[in-house]
Amino acid sequence: MLSPEAITKIDYELTKYPANQRQAAVMSALRIVQTERGWLSKESITEVAQYLGMPEIAALEVATFYNMYDLSPVGKYKITVCTNISCMLRDSDVIVDHLKAKLGVGFNEVTADGKFCIKEGECMGCCGGAPLLHVNNTQMHEFLTTEKVDAVLKDLLQQSSDEEAVK
Amino acid sequence: MATKKAKTKAKTPVMTDLKGQTLLCLRTLTEENPAALDTYIKLGGYSALKRIVTDKVKATDIITEVKTSGLRGRGGAGFPTGLKWSFMPRYFDGTKYLVCNTDEGEPGTFKDRDIIRYNPHQLIEGMAIAAYTLGARVGYNYIHGEIWQDYEIFEAALHEAKAAGYLGENILGTNFSFDLYAVHGYGAYICGEETALIESIEGKKGQPRFKPPFPASYGVFGKPTNVNNTESYTSIPWILQHGGQAFADLGVPNSGGTKLFSVSGHVENPGNYEVKMGTPFNELLALAGGVWKGRKLKAVIPGGPSTPVMPAEAIMAATMDYDGLSKARSSLGAGSMIVMDETTCMVKTLHRLSYFFYEESCGQCTPCREGTGWVYRVIDRIVNGKGKMEDLDLLTDVSNNIAGRTICALGEAAATPVLSFIKHFRPEFEYYIQHGKSMLDSK
Repeated sequence: MLSPEAITKIDYELTKYPANQRQAAVMSALRIVQTERGWLSKESITEVAQYLGMPEIAALEVATFYNMYDLSPVGKYKITVCTNISCMLRDSDVIVDHLKAKLGVGFNEVTADGKFCIKEGECMGCCGGAPLLHVNNTQMHEFLTTEKVDAVLKDLLQQSSDEEAVK
Repeated sequence: MATKKAKTKAKTPVMTDLKGQTLLCLRTLTEENPAALDTYIKLGGYSALKRIVTDKVKATDIITEVKTSGLRGRGGAGFPTGLKWSFMPRYFDGTKYLVCNTDEGEPGTFKDRDIIRYNPHQLIEGMAIAAYTLGARVGYNYIHGEIWQDYEIFEAALHEAKAAGYLGENILGTNFSFDLYAVHGYGAYICGEETALIESIEGKKGQPRFKPPFPASYGVFGKPTNVNNTESYTSIPWILQHGGQAFADLGVPNSGGTKLFSVSGHVENPGNYEVKMGTPFNELLALAGGVWKGRKLKAVIPGGPSTPVMPAEAIMAATMDYDGLSKARSSLGAGSMIVMDETTCMVKTLHRLSYFFYEESCGQCTPCREGTGWVYRVIDRIVNGKGKMEDLDLLTDVSNNIAGRTICALGEAAATPVLSFIKHFRPEFEYYIQHGKSMLDSK
């Protein structure tokens, strides 16, 4: 079942399109559900499709086509590092190696505590800030150095333990 | 029209220079809160829209002014904007749409990001003027999903503009109404292609449509649609405030106005630089602080990887405008300059680029789907020391058989780096094949 919060957000997106074009909101609906649940299971995609009144296969096509949707579990913090040309020229490989060593995982692997995973990203259209990464598809960190990466990881760990303390 | 007034005034339109730049699309950049509505209004923002809707300026007059400006599509194709606007059907029984393409994903391209986060209201005004001119009732700005924080800045600006009466029903108390929305992609380079982008707006996977029909007759939800790049729309308010001729005069023949250049790679200060069309490359390079670490320039990709790479001596002699770069046998593209210094291995660089095109091919057309993978695998074996000399001809042959055999331009885009890298840096490829390692590693 989609949560009431998710439905409110999807309904806002639906106001952007004609009433008979509910499928148009599928890109945002999948994003909203992924943000809430961490990743998109088959069931999540089905729920989105049903809510929008579109064939499940059409929603699945969208989820598999765009690479920011995660179709399998990811870490609590998904770190996507761009390695395309402008980042590569400014030593994104140093950033990638540092992250891999620090977290002890490779691309598409999740750390044992479930907190982090690293993904290789394609161009994010922010090449002036190379090398760069983003966290959970939303927070961009640019002009990276290994020290800056350490600071980002430290902040995320802090954030995570603060959340656990609240619980 | 007030544009005539601007022409008779001997005064040059007011512009602020930021470190040798000519700020037009990023004119709010000198201010403390560049993205705020108040800031934009203080600099004369929304005055062109106000005049147009209250004086009921004729659509044909606006199109004429845009044609005079010499504005050409800033997304890479360089098609004259005024001419594109004249393709939209004047009379249509139903909703016409306006679409803005802020889906940057071609490596090295990041100019539109600065427009939506630093000067969103000028884009909104430009789109509102375009909507008035073309009779579009609804507009979408499609922003790539990776820049989420900037998406939110733009969406906030939309709400601000609507509350102030610049968007929505009865704009500024007139009978002109236009709704504009922000929508997003979620990681697909191909959606920068206008018909793939339209498919994506409709909630489908982004596979380009066969053209014709063009979006002007069959676009979003099958309705007439005008698609322009972010920077193109953002140039419109200035053109209608100061006149098409004033805009044309900023540039050189065939390339009117200013252009945002995204400079990335091996320079001291990567970033966006807005300069007059026709600016010599070396001046632009100097604005970006020159080649980093005091090294020598080796090559530049002037307009994103879908434009041919240029060796240092060719680019140093070139001017930054449509004709200047096509004379130098490359292309302005989206103005995405990727600068490479003398330590760059061209084989490894092409290896990464070919992986990108393989990864981002949408899979619809066989030559591109199969060809990009084939090209990547051949370069991959060269980089892994298993290349053969015949591979260079094979790469050329496969690339030539992708280009021109696909629905969209990704085919050409994928072939261009391969062909131009091998053409200009063949000895480096031969060395890699013979020695199983980069020429740069042995230096």
